[in-house]
Amino acid sequence: MAERSASAAIVGVAESDEIGNVPGKSALQLHAEAAFNALEDAGLSKADVDGLFTAGYSTYDTGEYLGISPRYTDSTSVGGSSFVIHVGHAAAAIAAGRCEVALITHGQAGRSARAPVVRDAGLPIAQYESPYGIIGQPIAYSMAASRYMHRYGEDRTRQALAEIAVATRKWAVLNPKAMMREPLSFDDYHDSRWISYPFHLLDCCIVTDAGAAVVVTSAERARSLPKEPVWVLGAAEHHDHAGISQMGDLTLTPAHVTGPAALAEAGVTHDDIDLAMIYDSFTYTVLVTLESLGYCGPGEGPDFVADQRTAPGGDFPMNTSGGGLSYTHPGMYGIFLVVEAVRQLRGEAGARQVEDVRLSLVNGTGGSLSSTGTIVLGVG
Amino acid sequence: MAEAYDRPLPVPQPESDFYWEKAKAHELWLRHCNGCGRTYFYPRDICPHCFSRETEWAQASGRGTLHAFGIVHRGPTPAFRDHVPYIVALVDLEEGARMPTTLVGVEPDPAHVRIGMALEVTFDDVTEAITLPRFRPAT
Ligand SMILES: [Zn+2]
Repeated sequence: MAERSASAAIVGVAESDEIGNVPGKSALQLHAEAAFNALEDAGLSKADVDGLFTAGYSTYDTGEYLGISPRYTDSTSVGGSSFVIHVGHAAAAIAAGRCEVALITHGQAGRSARAPVVRDAGLPIAQYESPYGIIGQPIAYSMAASRYMHRYGEDRTRQALAEIAVATRKWAVLNPKAMMREPLSFDDYHDSRWISYPFHLLDCCIVTDAGAAVVVTSAERARSLPKEPVWVLGAAEHHDHAGISQMGDLTLTPAHVTGPAALAEAGVTHDDIDLAMIYDSFTYTVLVTLESLGYCGPGEGPDFVADQRTAPGGDFPMNTSGGGLSYTHPGMYGIFLVVEAVRQLRGEAGARQVEDVRLSLVNGTGGSLSSTGTIVLGVG
Repeated sequence: MAEAYDRPLPVPQPESDFYWEKAKAHELWLRHCNGCGRTYFYPRDICPHCFSRETEWAQASGRGTLHAFGIVHRGPTPAFRDHVPYIVALVDLEEGARMPTTLVGVEPDPAHVRIGMALEVTFDDVTEAITLPRFRPAT
């Protein structure tokens, strides 16, 4: 087989200096630390950056703070999937010659922010959902999960959600940067308090302070840098609603479009993928996304994740960082999926390293199951 | 006078003033499209399905069925913490639109909440200016 390559590659990834409970840092500080660390990982300097990407804030805010004046700018902000989508946008911009070194930054003081993020009261969500206390993702996603249970069976769905929570924690135990490193039993899951039925506490991601950054550059530039390039082989994005009340089918996410499209662009199939990084804001997000991506058919997710198949030693390694459920989740988690995929592809994942990872599929989900970005990454 | 209402209130927009005025009169009105024949929620002038401008207000029967629900035990903001548990719901209206709401007159216990159950609208005058349509089991 010819050596794998593409027009753009990821050459730097990093978190902020600390992640988890970091009360002493603002969101922009977390952006800056992550940017510094990712450029160092890439062997590049700030002066090399000519494309800037972020979500949540505008890039003119992060650009000013970092002292970067890019010739390509992209503040696509469609929730936690945004940063996965940015990787695809960066690759396209680089291929078109619009920039050469793209820096994607993220930072959120999800636990410790001193000022709340205020939403526009004129938006339909604020007008028609918030007055009813349909506020925040645990409530929105719990309603979607209730529909799945009704459609495909409550007991087998419950078992699947437990399998995902327990398996993900096993990976977190192996990750020194993870916030939740105590082993988790099935009883712990079932005994945890209700947040919004059908979700227990342990169906929900943790809430952390964290930043991360990713550096993408051209194939030519990538080959001149110290670390092995991680090629961006395929990318796709899609969204079909904002509020949960506008989601047509609560058991199918936009990944049904982005999964097949990203795999097709990469010229590979599900069976070729060695590592799946699947946004896990909630256990249900994983279950519904695996089906939507086409890993299994509708309603087959519970069989797909049975018997700790996604845990260390299982034959479908998934969310090896410990995920949003147990490693970190500052609000918009997507960039951390990319960071872990790159570390696994480079063989830098330490105790949790999966053997011989050549191809990884990364799927970010944003909003109320509203948006997805899927990318396929690979090495040599 | 009752205690001040402390949960978020809708800020009606020019395209939804009519919806909220009718809610205050204890009526549920939806937007209907003469281009494609569909009735949709939330109200907006141009049809989100076929993009026709030939749309108009139509009064809904107020009947529907439960599409999905959650039983909130942890209030999402401090104002909701005195009101848990409460049942959030998506209701499929007879006219074909789906709307978010809360259920009243049902125990907040999964044994009592059934997807597919028949519901009817009821109106909750939460302030002098705002009335929220909620749903209860159909009589
Ligand atoms: Zn229409």
